[in-house]
Amino acid sequence: MDFPIISSLIILPTIGALFILFTKSSNSKYQSSKYVALFISLANFILSIYLWLIFDKSSINFQFVENREWLSGFIDYKVGVDGISILFILLTTFITPICVISVISTIKHRLKDFLIAILIMETLMIGVFCSLDLIIFYLFFEGGLIPMFLIIGIWGGERRVYSAFKFFLYTLLGSVLMLIAIISIYWISGTTDVEKLYEIGIGEQYQKLLWLAFFSSFAVKTPMWPVHTWLPDAHVEAPTAGSVLLAAILLKMAGYGFIRFSVGLFPIASEYFVPLVFALSLIAIIYTSLVALMQEDMKKLIAYSSVAHMGFVTLGIFTMTQQGIEGSIFQMISHGLVSAALFLSVGVVYDRNHTRLIKKYGGLVTVMPKYGIVFMIFALGSLGLPGTSGFIGEFLILMGTFKKSFLVATIASLGVILGAAYILWMYKRVVFGEIIHEEIKSMKDLKKFELLILLLLAIPIIFFGLYPEPLINSIETSVTSLIDNYNTNLTQSFAKK
Amino acid sequence: MENLEIILPEIFLSLTIMFLLLFGVFKNNSSKLIYNLTTFSLIILFALLLNLYQISDLSIFNNSYKVDSLATFMKLLTIGSGIFVMLTSSKYIEINNINKMEYPILILSSILGMMVMISSNDLIVFYMGLELQSLALYVLASFNRENLLSTESGLKYFVLSALSSGLLLYGCSLIYGFSGSTNFNIILDNSSSGQYGITFGIVFILVGLAFKISAVPFHMWAPDVYQGSPTSVTTFFAVLPKIAALSVFIRFLYVPFAEMNDQWQMIIIFLSIASMIFGAVAAIGQKNLKRLIAYSSIGHMGYALTGLAAGTNKGIQGSISYIAIYLVMNLAFFSCMFMLRRNNEYYESIEDLSGLSKNHPLLSFSLLIILFSLAGIPPLAGFFAKFYVFMAVIEQKMYFLAIVGLLSTVIAAFYYLRIIKIIYFDKEKEKFETDHHFGLKLTLAVSTIFILAYFIYPSGLTEIVSKINII
Repeated sequence: MDFPIISSLIILPTIGALFILFTKSSNSKYQSSKYVALFISLANFILSIYLWLIFDKSSINFQFVENREWLSGFIDYKVGVDGISILFILLTTFITPICVISVISTIKHRLKDFLIAILIMETLMIGVFCSLDLIIFYLFFEGGLIPMFLIIGIWGGERRVYSAFKFFLYTLLGSVLMLIAIISIYWISGTTDVEKLYEIGIGEQYQKLLWLAFFSSFAVKTPMWPVHTWLPDAHVEAPTAGSVLLAAILLKMAGYGFIRFSVGLFPIASEYFVPLVFALSLIAIIYTSLVALMQEDMKKLIAYSSVAHMGFVTLGIFTMTQQGIEGSIFQMISHGLVSAALFLSVGVVYDRNHTRLIKKYGGLVTVMPKYGIVFMIFALGSLGLPGTSGFIGEFLILMGTFKKSFLVATIASLGVILGAAYILWMYKRVVFGEIIHEEIKSMKDLKKFELLILLLLAIPIIFFGLYPEPLINSIETSVTSLIDNYNTNLTQSFAKK
Repeated sequence: MENLEIILPEIFLSLTIMFLLLFGVFKNNSSKLIYNLTTFSLIILFALLLNLYQISDLSIFNNSYKVDSLATFMKLLTIGSGIFVMLTSSKYIEINNINKMEYPILILSSILGMMVMISSNDLIVFYMGLELQSLALYVLASFNRENLLSTESGLKYFVLSALSSGLLLYGCSLIYGFSGSTNFNIILDNSSSGQYGITFGIVFILVGLAFKISAVPFHMWAPDVYQGSPTSVTTFFAVLPKIAALSVFIRFLYVPFAEMNDQWQMIIIFLSIASMIFGAVAAIGQKNLKRLIAYSSIGHMGYALTGLAAGTNKGIQGSISYIAIYLVMNLAFFSCMFMLRRNNEYYESIEDLSGLSKNHPLLSFSLLIILFSLAGIPPLAGFFAKFYVFMAVIEQKMYFLAIVGLLSTVIAAFYYLRIIKIIYFDKEKEKFETDHHFGLKLTLAVSTIFILAYFIYPSGLTEIVSKINII
């Protein structure tokens, strides 16, 4: 395979962004920028589909690996995909065009800059999911802060400055500790190449501290309780497309990082810290679900629900069982689609009524029947109704958890009930009931492009809910090899003792 | 005497200074011409030095003057940034009416002083270079003599700097007294850890040097001098003397006292931690851009010193890479400041940047890149600067230093973000003029592209720097 397909995936959006930066639109409507952004993001999506098709699902190795000398003598630029990362790449390339469509049709102010930011974001996000060197991973992981800061700060709501700063500083604080850990790994093992590190492993005495350093970064990004407070602020103030990117992809970087690095590189420490992660995840699931019940702002409610859903994800990962990890990956993909759709749905009514407060709505179904239907699909997807993708993820995670601990699984199941409670209650208050507010009566049903992007999201949610095989099939070998590697490491360490 | 060709650049520079001085005295209204001639002669100097780059490790004048890879590289950095400083500030000094014929000549003589400092392998030669550099800088700081702040900053710099020079001289004499020589190599042979006189001497000299690079707690002059001096001089201050002082730091610590690093390592660690934290915290409340950049440069010098604290070749190389990247970022930042001009007046308060992105998208974009790079966010060049330094520090298992350093980048990120917030999120103000001269645009474009595209080929700098092996 000579054609550098992964690098093309990474670079293509940046080329598009440069193109937009240096072209002047003849009129103020930015026609050319719109088409370039749409075209580039769709091309990238098609390229990633092609990658998925030619990807060998039965191999446990990283595929399409590219290895170039980068910082001579130190670090190589190394990218490649396995069954886990390819799904996240697909998610990224699928969500980006949706964001582009949503931005093109709703943002009037500085549209060109927004499109550039989204495309740069896409480059960085794909980079995160396919980098096979810790330093390269860090570059992409941290680089994402810059465009996201601008997206929240420029196009956000009233308290956008506060939220943007909070988002930036929280994540940066978590990540610098990870940087120290990465450099330490270089000096301990002599390499930051992930594949080599999987082979040689990291000395047991270092693992716990390094794990904590990585954890500090991923826990903030996931976000786990109690460092989740930046997320509701960022979501509420970010523009719709920003929230979509944030919920659908940025949060998944941390989940992916947990699987690839925390579990993959530090098995002994991961085993040691399982109780900590379980405790934090359970608190996240129960506490933030209760908080979500109390919310008056729709976006905030969905933001808290994201924290709860990500709690399931971390729970599943650290069960270290086949079902648990597969369920977590599935849940991340599913949550990526569902939360994106929910934010877009809120964006639809926000564009019409300019408020996100639940009490300002009610009875939408009479004026916006189509909206009522698609919103229903997403709400059900979020609560994990069988037949939607949300169910498969949560079910697998709970299955994995039962294997590990009955008590934890029972408590987590309560979270599922709470999840149904807050999302259905919100749906009821917004869509059903009498029309109390006059301005609701004049609201128009979904426009064509809105229906298009929402249906585009609804299709995979239902499809993968009924037929999860393609996704599970793609991750199965990689997860098995991950768990095998994990167990051999543990038994070796016990044998030594 | 055949080795004289290796100090050809210094000879050329001295002759140029004398010639330009005479030329300026005898020809009226020649300041503009002299300015251009100065820029031109700096470019020739750069070429002469490049020619020298092949020669490594020669010393002349009884082993008191050294031309090695460290010296040549640092001189190239000095003169390279000197050229860009000249290119950016030509319009500024014209508008502010300080384009006297002495101005470029003073800059040249201070550069000569720096070159002597960088190459010195002897306490006396080093002191000579230092004083030549400083004397020129005192005058430059107060060059805008009708301006109260400028005069004040010149005087302040003079008084404090004279004090630190005194301390430094006292340190030199202690070391001479206890080791019997001023030559670095002989000091190395004659000194041992047990001699308190030598330890005291090291401390005094470090104080003097710390003053020159404005490391905490010897930083007090920096904010006032940065703010008071004409911006063109501030640009010069922010970059060139730091390169020279850092290379003296390297040579002074690692040639005569390499084996006594248990004696000075704690001092360097303290200086760097204090500078990093202070630079990050004190800049938060600033309203003036020049003052802010003064505090930020205090912080940055802390990071540069961090590499020296590691006590390895990697650490030294890290510091050198740091200063190289830092000077590009600073030049870029000051080029942006020179662009904030409206009706022949330059603006330097942070509030003046409000909403800049609406009217000046490209300038704001450059500032965005520069500020994120100063904050050390990947994948921009500023991140790599910090990365190299902390790579060396963590190799030595100095985790405390690394953690403090990186946490203070988070604090520092706050005030850089504040400027970005003002540029991008706030309401716009009146437009600035856009007719900038070629030299300014060139500097900004080159430096911004360097910062932005550094990650594509980071090996370039590391390969050059890795040839500098002091220990």
